[in-house]
Amino acid sequence: MRLLHIFLIIILIFNFNLIKADEIQTENKIAKNLRCLICQGQSVYDSDSEFALSLKLVISNKISDGMTEEQIYSFLKKKYGEWILYDPVLNKNTYFLWLLPLLIFLAGGAIIIKKLYIRK
Amino acid sequence: MIGSYSLGFGLFFSFIIIFFSINDLKNVENLNKKIISFTFLQFVFVVISFFGLIISFVNSDFSNETVFNNSHTAKPLFYKISGTWGNHEGSLLLWLLVLTLFVFIFLLKSDKQPKKYRIFTLLFQQIIIIGFFIFLIKTSSPFNFIFPVPEEGLGLNPILQDPALAVHPPILYLGYVGSSIIFSSALAAMVSTYVTKEWAKHIKQWVLISWIFLTLGILLGSVWAYYELGWGGFWFWDPVENVSLMPWFALTTLLHCILVLEKKGILTSWAMVLSIATFALSMSGTFLVRSGILNSVHTFANDPERGLFILIFLFSLILLSIFIFLFFHTNKEKTENNFFWLSKETSILVNNWFMMYFLSVVLIGTIYPIFLEVLTSNKISVGPPFYNKLILPFLIPFLFAMAIGPKLKWIKSDFQDKLNMLILLIISFLISALIIKEFDISFLINTILVSSAFFLFFVTLREFFIKKLKNLPQNIAHFGFSLLILSILLNNIFSTEVITNLKIGETFKSDKFSINFANIDQENGKNFKSIIGKFKVEHEDGSIDALRPELRIYNQPNIVTSEADIKTNFFTDKFITMNYVQNQEYFNIRYQVKPLMIWIWMSVLLLSFGGLMSIFKKRYEI
Amino acid sequence: MRFKIIPTIIIIVFTATFIIFFKGLKNSNIYTPNVDLEKKVPSLVFKSFDTNLDIISENIFNKNKFYLVNIWASWCIPCRDEHKFLMKLKKREEIELIGLNYKDNNKNAQNFLGELGNPYDKIFVDKDGTSSINWGAYGVPESFLIYKNKIIKRYIGPINNRNVIEIEKIIK
Repeated sequence: MRLLHIFLIIILIFNFNLIKADEIQTENKIAKNLRCLICQGQSVYDSDSEFALSLKLVISNKISDGMTEEQIYSFLKKKYGEWILYDPVLNKNTYFLWLLPLLIFLAGGAIIIKKLYIRK
Repeated sequence: MIGSYSLGFGLFFSFIIIFFSINDLKNVENLNKKIISFTFLQFVFVVISFFGLIISFVNSDFSNETVFNNSHTAKPLFYKISGTWGNHEGSLLLWLLVLTLFVFIFLLKSDKQPKKYRIFTLLFQQIIIIGFFIFLIKTSSPFNFIFPVPEEGLGLNPILQDPALAVHPPILYLGYVGSSIIFSSALAAMVSTYVTKEWAKHIKQWVLISWIFLTLGILLGSVWAYYELGWGGFWFWDPVENVSLMPWFALTTLLHCILVLEKKGILTSWAMVLSIATFALSMSGTFLVRSGILNSVHTFANDPERGLFILIFLFSLILLSIFIFLFFHTNKEKTENNFFWLSKETSILVNNWFMMYFLSVVLIGTIYPIFLEVLTSNKISVGPPFYNKLILPFLIPFLFAMAIGPKLKWIKSDFQDKLNMLILLIISFLISALIIKEFDISFLINTILVSSAFFLFFVTLREFFIKKLKNLPQNIAHFGFSLLILSILLNNIFSTEVITNLKIGETFKSDKFSINFANIDQENGKNFKSIIGKFKVEHEDGSIDALRPELRIYNQPNIVTSEADIKTNFFTDKFITMNYVQNQEYFNIRYQVKPLMIWIWMSVLLLSFGGLMSIFKKRYEI
Repeated sequence: MRFKIIPTIIIIVFTATFIIFFKGLKNSNIYTPNVDLEKKVPSLVFKSFDTNLDIISENIFNKNKFYLVNIWASWCIPCRDEHKFLMKLKKREEIELIGLNYKDNNKNAQNFLGELGNPYDKIFVDKDGTSSINWGAYGVPESFLIYKNKIIKRYIGPINNRNVIEIEKIIK
């Protein structure tokens, strides 16, 4: 549970930092977090395919309509599935994805500490 | 045709070598000279078949299926040759070539090592070689015939027709294959109970060699992506990039761990696990890329049968190594090899710890979507935001540890020149705060990150002056690393870019620069037509850059590529691309100002130069 | 005891990984549309192809009929391949074909229809590709089979003969 807290704090710090007023910056940020579905391994922002160009237009329209970043993500998630989001949300499918590396980190630390103390 | 016979002979020699080696195990004296000649012959046969393939490519012999699929008469000679390994079959042949070459070199270079160990290494290596021979001949022979002989080939994908990418695969493979030597040698060392300081000393050379090639290979791929893929990034956390990064992490860890083993004879099990892991990761890289199980820019034409073969091969090798590890490896570490919490040993352990964490992030991020899709049929994407969130915060302690670690002594140590370190820390923090504040980006985490990178930068820089030549290679490498992280961070924070649509004659204006689209030109290349846009970019300080991005329309295969024009100088890169927009008279223009790009490349070169130096430096204290 | 547990765990983990990779190999990597996606027809304002009038999507799919929304463009080469199948579907009474002209120029689109025939009962224009995104479309060509304001089937890429047979079965 404590782990989850630390983790949430990390996420919070990031999100907090990234609040920027500029609409274009928000638009770019959103586009960078989306997979260009018809390209191979490119983000929507990086791609110049027809699909990506239209999607960028949709994002900027939605922002001017007053939609928040989260709303736009959930809108696109409804249309295209989670596959489009580069930044997987924390849910039951992705607990392991997010927590396993942190667990490995803690386990590694534990092994080192054990090695140091038992030897002494 | 000669090529495929040659391959058969090569495979045949594998069996001969194995037969002789097993026979030779019983002898006590020196290694049978015949074995060395056989390995050499095997290498020669692979060379013959490799050159056979190159010749077919140069002559555009379209009766060969591989040539037909990947070449074209109108292609420049240089790319005809590099096209040999620009495809699945040819690249495997190249892999095999390096594999046989390395075994041969290994045998020549290891004459001071125990015979039993050499023979076992050779045996394990031959198992890998046989695996690759069978893979090549059974599922992806580069010498299939087509009848009737086609008039013209299909051509090589234009984005692969590039000098950096022409040398990228061979260099990367040298790194990968080097790790196979480490793998076989670790297994052999376990079987012949030779996991000692001498072994560490001997294998360290191979670790360094593969590490250098892997580093350079990744660098080349990254440079290529930067100027060729046309969106100005150099690292995308694309699965295939991750796949090359994972063995790099493992190798770097091994490199540090082997130093402890060499000095103190401890951490043997850990070194074994790492040696096995490095190779397993290189191989799974091949599996993930070639089987098409991943979505990526690099995917070769894929075929499940090939994937299945590598998968089975890979897992039998891993099971074999687990088996050997469990049954042959006995931990004979002397318990009196104690060390204090503040010592060089601990600092290397800390390095290993963080490296393993980074490795696990990348590994999990890469394969988790595959697992999830198989288990729940949900498709998710794991992209750059994931890696940034999990890696960046951990970089801070890592960089600090890296600055302090090398200054510690073996077994037990004390902090030395605390005062100087403290001053450097304050300087770094002030500089970072100044940089970040000036540009009004109030990232708390950025300031701390940049200061930790600056700290390492200053500490290593200072070492050059106070320690003079002692430890130079290590210091160069660490300095390179600090420069790398620093350039990447500052590059990320201060890159600016504009995407806009412009017609000919129009000008885009922002508060920092204006972009004028003057006119377009047409030119003809050897196998493409190009449309060149002429742009004038005027900056607020009055400097003007003339930039000429290109659109290339290749005729064989019919693909349009966008070539960036990049003006590089000491501090910044100016990067511009243009793209055709369907059914509009305007072009899509992307203009980027990217600070310190050149330093990213330079620092990686510095990093590998450090590695190179320590190969040639016979003994050095760490 | 401990000595035996660890190897067992390692071997189990590796076997599991093997099986998962093995299964993963069989999955295709082509963008398979997710089954859980929103099925409701998006509510949108369309521009009509010939009259340039705005029409709300609720007023298009209001009859008790099947509809096939087909995203097409004159510059799209696979659209030419699927065209004859659309012409075939046009003959069916039970289904109405709605064309969505994607990022096209009106004149080229007219020529395209003039040359190959017009299979559509109604055509709307998606000048900048944004309506297609609202449909959750990937690009051209793409088709959606609609019944009672619900998307019941989607076809990414050109429609082929097998799809036509499938559609005919559904609408019967």
